[in-house]
Amino acid sequence: MNGSPYILSERNSVTVVMLKVLAALVPGIIAHTWLFGPGILVSLLLCGAFAIGFEAFILLMRGIPLKPFLSDGSVLVTAALLALALPTLAPWWLYLTGMFFAVVIAKQLYGGLGQNLFNPAMVAYAALIVSFPVYMTQWAAPQYLANHTPTLLEAFDLVFSGGGSISPDAYTSATVLDTWKTQARLGKAVAEIRGLPIFGWAGGRGSEIVALMYLGGGLLLLWNRVITWHIPVAFLVGIAATAGVLHGIEPTRHADALFHLLSGAALLGAFFIATDPVTAASTPRGKLIYAALAGFLTVIIRTFGGYPDGVAFAILLTNVAVPFIDAYTQPRVFGHRNGGKT
Amino acid sequence: MLSQDARDIIYNGLWKQNPGLVQILGMCPTLAISNNVVNALSLGLATAFVMAMSNGAVALVRNLIPHPVRIPVFILIIAALVTVVDLAMDAWAHPLFLVLGIFIPLIVTNCIVLARVEAFASKRSTTHSILDGAMMGLGLTGVLVTLGAVREIIGKGTLLSGIDLALGPMARDWVIPIIPHYPGLLIAILPPGAFIGLGTLIALRNVLLERQASRAARPSVVTSQ
Repeated sequence: MNGSPYILSERNSVTVVMLKVLAALVPGIIAHTWLFGPGILVSLLLCGAFAIGFEAFILLMRGIPLKPFLSDGSVLVTAALLALALPTLAPWWLYLTGMFFAVVIAKQLYGGLGQNLFNPAMVAYAALIVSFPVYMTQWAAPQYLANHTPTLLEAFDLVFSGGGSISPDAYTSATVLDTWKTQARLGKAVAEIRGLPIFGWAGGRGSEIVALMYLGGGLLLLWNRVITWHIPVAFLVGIAATAGVLHGIEPTRHADALFHLLSGAALLGAFFIATDPVTAASTPRGKLIYAALAGFLTVIIRTFGGYPDGVAFAILLTNVAVPFIDAYTQPRVFGHRNGGKT
Repeated sequence: MLSQDARDIIYNGLWKQNPGLVQILGMCPTLAISNNVVNALSLGLATAFVMAMSNGAVALVRNLIPHPVRIPVFILIIAALVTVVDLAMDAWAHPLFLVLGIFIPLIVTNCIVLARVEAFASKRSTTHSILDGAMMGLGLTGVLVTLGAVREIIGKGTLLSGIDLALGPMARDWVIPIIPHYPGLLIAILPPGAFIGLGTLIALRNVLLERQASRAARPSVVTSQ
């Protein structure tokens, strides 16, 4: 998304842009399926179906034609982002509640696509982690750690009927950020925590590869000019700088910058969530400020906050600041001096 | 039969000028205490009592208060009445007093109490003022209880939880489980639930009014075509 002049064509219609975003998520989804089992496919399917259902319901209530708005694909992007941000193999109603918050409350109550103040997927994530902390911290364990990784059919069974005979301990584990938080609270040193089997060469074993796939997909989006470089770069620099300073002050307590970049939703957030054209800042300088602030807050919340990952809260908080940031970073109009005066 | 004035006061307090849904006054208790029905009802009734009494007291002395210092005088009268409610609750409903905590003394600062005293009781007769205070208070109580019920059902799946705090241990079995084995939706109990719930109630009221208006307007639309 750039400033005017705009050229309206089939090539950059909402539908095409949304399909490109979905396509850029595919490498991450494939890596996720390969490393964590097919549970993610179930949650993607459910979130997508619930999203379309809620969107259609509200559009009918508002008396708006269904086809142009349902087929623009924006609701599927929201669904996919939320599915990737939620633990897999959770009960089906978790996805239902999440999509209700995302589509009905965060998007349609504000007036639908383009009107919402907050990123819908992140509103849903925040509502869910506040409401269901237990389910939201039971993540499917990576294949190499789990005693048993559920197959696609078992995943459906787990999601819809709780699985019955299989104990959650057999297929879930804490995420690296969660582990880091609890171990650091216990006073363990960084080197000791890093030695746990869940840690890989930089982030979480398995999840760091998924994160790199998101990076790859994000670069595809950049190359396709769906997004500009400002937000991802500023977001990641914000994370790296904040984490670097904390690590520099107290290397025995705080994780290094690379760990923060490769764990949690940092890379997914940098390229796919913070770049949401509706809720992000829209001026070039504004994008830099917005994203750097979000990155800074992410690490602060991860380090000192009560929840394991801070991306969702950081992005929601900076979404509030976007109108303010945009108002003070208006670019100079050609032929005018700075400040809009002639 | 009630006079036209009295009927207007009742209609205004309960619906047309409802403090919670139309004037949007008294938001502090509305948002903070409406997390279940028992809390909402107790605080709503306490507020309604204070409003009726303060309206009545101010209307009685309204011609004796010098205009420039009326606000401090009103606040003193309201504060005295709130202290009575506060001490009475501490004495006779101590567990409830502990749950509602700071929100009982805070009735003093509730804008709706002062707003009715200033806008109504300082100008009208004592009986009308008492009626106005009671009706505005009950209007607010209605909103509080509705919001409390919605939040309690969505958040906990029960109704009337905590009733034993208000009515003693014998009421412990009165809690109504609406949805058995409900995992709970914590956000409905937490502050965001209050904002989303109140917004929904205001929207529902507007939809209702719009329906009524369009129904009333329909015959003229048909003839104009």
